[in-house]
Amino acid sequence: MRQDSCKLLILGAGPGGYVCGIRAGQLGVDTIVVEADKPGGTCLNVGCIPSKALIHAADEFHAARSLVGGNALGISAGAPSIDLARTMAWKDGIVSRLTGGVASLLKKAGTRHVQGYARVLDGKSVEVTTPEGPLRIDAENIVIATGARPFELPFLPFGGPVISSTEALALPELPKRLSVVGAGYIGLEIGMAMAKLGVRVTLVEAAKSILPQYDAELSKPVLARLQALDVALHLDAKAQGLTEDGTALRVETLGGPQEIPSDKILVTVGRAPVTTGFGLEDLGLSMTGPFIAVDRFCATSMRGVFAIGDVTGEPMLAHRAMAQGVVVAEHLAGLPTIWDKRAIPAVCFTDPEIVTVGALPDAQEGLAVTKFPLAGNGRSMTLGRSDGFVRIVHDPDSGLIAGIQAVGAGIAEMAGEFSLAIEMGATLTDIAATIHAHPTLGETTQEAALKGLGQALHI
Amino acid sequence: MKVLPVKLPDVGEGVTEAELVEWHVKVGDIVREDDVIAAVMTDKATVEIPSLYSGKITELAGEIGQVLPIGTDLVMIETEADAVEDQTLAADPGEPAADKGAVNPETTKSAESKPPAQTEKAAKPVQQTRPRPVAGTSASAPRTEGALPLAAPSVRARARDGGIDLRQVPGTGPAGRITHQDLDAVFSRADHPAASSGPGLPRSPRIGSEDIPVVGMRRKIAERMALANARIPHITVVEEVDVTALEDLRAKLNDSRGERPKLTLLPFLAAVLARALPDHPEMNAHYDDEAGVITRHAGVNLGMATMTDAGLVVPVLRHVEALGLYDIATEIARLSEAARTSKARREELTGSTITVTSLGPLGALATTPIINPPEVAILGVNKIATRPMWDGTQFVPRKMMNISASFDHRVIDGWNAAVFVQKIKSLLETPALIFVEV
Repeated sequence: MRQDSCKLLILGAGPGGYVCGIRAGQLGVDTIVVEADKPGGTCLNVGCIPSKALIHAADEFHAARSLVGGNALGISAGAPSIDLARTMAWKDGIVSRLTGGVASLLKKAGTRHVQGYARVLDGKSVEVTTPEGPLRIDAENIVIATGARPFELPFLPFGGPVISSTEALALPELPKRLSVVGAGYIGLEIGMAMAKLGVRVTLVEAAKSILPQYDAELSKPVLARLQALDVALHLDAKAQGLTEDGTALRVETLGGPQEIPSDKILVTVGRAPVTTGFGLEDLGLSMTGPFIAVDRFCATSMRGVFAIGDVTGEPMLAHRAMAQGVVVAEHLAGLPTIWDKRAIPAVCFTDPEIVTVGALPDAQEGLAVTKFPLAGNGRSMTLGRSDGFVRIVHDPDSGLIAGIQAVGAGIAEMAGEFSLAIEMGATLTDIAATIHAHPTLGETTQEAALKGLGQALHI
Repeated sequence: MKVLPVKLPDVGEGVTEAELVEWHVKVGDIVREDDVIAAVMTDKATVEIPSLYSGKITELAGEIGQVLPIGTDLVMIETEADAVEDQTLAADPGEPAADKGAVNPETTKSAESKPPAQTEKAAKPVQQTRPRPVAGTSASAPRTEGALPLAAPSVRARARDGGIDLRQVPGTGPAGRITHQDLDAVFSRADHPAASSGPGLPRSPRIGSEDIPVVGMRRKIAERMALANARIPHITVVEEVDVTALEDLRAKLNDSRGERPKLTLLPFLAAVLARALPDHPEMNAHYDDEAGVITRHAGVNLGMATMTDAGLVVPVLRHVEALGLYDIATEIARLSEAARTSKARREELTGSTITVTSLGPLGALATTPIINPPEVAILGVNKIATRPMWDGTQFVPRKMMNISASFDHRVIDGWNAAVFVQKIKSLLETPALIFVEV
């Protein structure tokens, strides 16, 4: 068997793994990244990026449809059509540009990239099945960055009309009727995009509300938009499986059993960490539930074995994995870096978008909330969308910002300011006293802070 | 309420200006009458300036290191009305003592009760102006246990690089945020974790440097040393001295000293110089090189280089020739104590005619002492060690000590220097000669 060795071996070239590889390479750590598929992981290949491409295409199509017969802006146009094959080709072009970019960044950093499936032999060695045959790699340190895969329901196994987000983002043609099981952010993002593309969408959610991890105030504008898009919504409803002929989804609702005719059934009920099937379980690492337990260096219970990204738990977000990858790379290069982040922002690319950073209002007792509506923001009006708000959760005495949430069209781009505020330990005064450009959506954040200080100007 | 200045008082005869070396207060502090507000330095004495009033500091006159003329407004104090009244009364020389006594209790009351109330008010404006959290209001609020330290990522990274646990750092920023300034304070403490590598701490390269302003006493010392070394061509003579007899004598005297102070070597050196200098008047002199005049002094005023926390100080033992051995010892003890506690009066720090410097057991084999201008000679003594010496037939253990004496070569020739050193040597080796009138 061919053999190789390195100081740092990273299993998986998703956002966590490839960032760890780039940073380690930059710091002169002899590093190999093993990846079975194209670099970029879920995020670049079958997650964030393709879904955002699809959402953008759907928005464009939806906007064009709204011009049929004229609109308030005075623009009118003929009925649009969409060639989904071309849409997918365009999306694939973006994906391949990005994955190619990741490969060249790794190369530039001096990090080696091995394609193939890895099997963990012990805490220091791995066997990779490569196209050229097996390769044994001995490493001083191993980073588990194998990510997560869509959770599969036993009574709705993937296959046939039942698809996961991966397939939903690569459909050759639009289904007429799409049922989405699970109204979390993935189901809503894809479901709303599909609805905008003209698909008849039905959402089935077992909880009492959409986006169950957020409060009703945050999800309400999205709910309103779902209704405007004619998306059917079944809350408190449990999917049971397919009908015999496979053309409808059986659902147990409060009002009794129903059958929802569906061409495709998208199951988005969460994602499961990939921690088995490649020898990892033989290491006997300490776990936290289904996740690998890690400390502030992202070190596992076994010396020299680290874990980053989705395998380490919620929130399963690319930017968290990336930051963890940097921590591990710098730690192994001898720098004093540790995981000390105060906030991990989360964005739902629903319509309108939702951003959450830090504490929600009920996170702990004694937090105060200040909220400013986008309806009071000039820029929102000129964009034709003034639903939503910015909400700042803070300590009533010191003004210390504990969390910021916002809902609104285009609000995702404000996530950076929100995170920065929390990471810097900002107070309401810090934001209120910072000039925010006019006319921008960002002024809403400043107004919310001013309002929290009793100094709101535009309300 | 009235805002009154505390002026820089006359801190010594002939002193026209003083250097600000330390602030004991900052703007916003509440002070009471007689609280020390600042320290200033003149020549080599540091003087603490007390507050004349009770009240709140509203303004400081300047930065550390600044030289201020006597009479400058040092601080501005916002005083309580009756305290001012008291000040006016106290300032009136015609005021009968009894009346002043009658006013004082009231003053005391106001001084003790009102300022704390004011402090409380200053610390919690939020309570009165809510709802309006203002940056900085809860700066001093202690973090609750287990709460993560609040600091910007750059502050956290810097703390990690410096090996500082932010949980131990008090934050002075808004909402208790730890600022770069707070870290500066930790780094400037000598005992911060990065400065010591105790057992179990991982080794890592220490990064960074620290700028220490050379102010106050240190600047004065630096200036004088630079002046002395640049202007005076030094000739240094090193000679070894057998102090066995002197040490025997000293031990005997100390055994039977009773209530008298213990004798160190220094009183003997003083006595040796007092004895030798009449024969070498060129050594007990001041050389004014600008005027071109050498002033030979009749009396011996011995400067004694003394290490203090603030740096080198040279208290002066006056008219050694008129003092007995125990008088000298007593006076040395008093002067060095005064110097170490910065209590030495100006006249106790000036007017030496020749200087002795000794590092005691740290005294090395030889040193190159720098002359204390305008003097022309300095005597350095090195440590005593028992060494095998050849007495002509065999090696015998002898207590040996080197002396390192420097002279101003402009006015002292090598020959004279050598003769003087031999004189000192012979007196030290045969201590009877110090005390015997021949």
